[in-house]
Amino acid sequence: MSDAPMDRVARATPAGAARRIRGLSDRAIAWIFVAPSIFLLLAVNIFPLIWTIRLSFTDYRVNRPNRDVEWVGLRNYERILTDDDVWATMQATAHFLIWTIVLQVLIGFALAWLINKKFRGNDLWTTIIVLPMMLSPAVVGNFWTFLYQPQIGLFNYAVAFVTGADPASFSMIGDVHLAPWAIVIADTWMWTPFVMLICLAGLRSIPDSIYEAAECDRASPWRQFWTITVPMVLPFLMLAVLFRGIENFKMFDLVVQLTGGGPGNVTTLTSIDLKREAFERWRTGYSSAYAVILFVTVFGLASIYVKALNKVKDR
Amino acid sequence: MSEFVHGLIRLRRGPWEMVASILIALGVFMLMQPFVLWLYTWSFLVILVGTVGFIVVSHFPEDP
Repeated sequence: MSDAPMDRVARATPAGAARRIRGLSDRAIAWIFVAPSIFLLLAVNIFPLIWTIRLSFTDYRVNRPNRDVEWVGLRNYERILTDDDVWATMQATAHFLIWTIVLQVLIGFALAWLINKKFRGNDLWTTIIVLPMMLSPAVVGNFWTFLYQPQIGLFNYAVAFVTGADPASFSMIGDVHLAPWAIVIADTWMWTPFVMLICLAGLRSIPDSIYEAAECDRASPWRQFWTITVPMVLPFLMLAVLFRGIENFKMFDLVVQLTGGGPGNVTTLTSIDLKREAFERWRTGYSSAYAVILFVTVFGLASIYVKALNKVKDR
Repeated sequence: MSEFVHGLIRLRRGPWEMVASILIALGVFMLMQPFVLWLYTWSFLVILVGTVGFIVVSHFPEDP
């Protein structure tokens, strides 16, 4: 017998185990290796999903486990989809989602474009810019609560310095018109570096030879930007939008820490509302239906987005 | 346009995926728009039909 790794493993296998394994087909051995992963996937992902769908058709309350559970059909869905408050929550989520993605993509791409230029202290600036992303969302929420303080907050003083208004004359997290923007600004501050890093990877993957060829053809920098840089970074940008879109759709911690969903309900995003229904009002069946609606929405959006991403990559 | 309709009739993946994608996008708009409650009420059904449709039609054959 040779000294190949396979033979050494075969020699080291106890005789009893070797006899048992020898009787199995390759397919059976493959299943033995894959089975634990499949079992975990079914137990952790698929079973809870099916159970949630089942609960969404009942009036189950998890804080009253001994109560009889009644099958209510589509009533939970009907109540959610005719409720003005849930509708307002969806609009708050849409506002947060659209503005954070727009701002993060624009600022992230601009920062990546600047960082991609060779200049002194380039690495130091990159490290400083990505710092917010490394902080915990709870810390960032707390941190911005202080920045937004009308009396002592640096943000109010910065705005006052630019506009000339009195810093104590407005409260970013206490005003119903400003609070939705307060959470957008905090999230943009925290997650723009993530978009910047993805864009930077895209920019660094463009070979210099393409720009050299464009210069030989006397293409202006503006034209080079629109015909080389943007199309080649687009798949990376789309990936960043997908990640941030899904992540912001379920945004919870930062907003809870910053505004707690207030004032009133203007910053109550769907995930916050869902948590209140499930674990404060204990309407498990209702919140399951809510979760199913959000799941199908994100799943549908992700499906068309991945299709678009593949199209851009194939171009 | 006629190619698109032809693809739909012959159950081709491309045009049917397009229809499902439009349904999903329309449903998400209906879910999050601030104008008409009626649109919000029916949004989930539109998204659900689009999403299930997308899963089904992604198994249709590609155009040769």
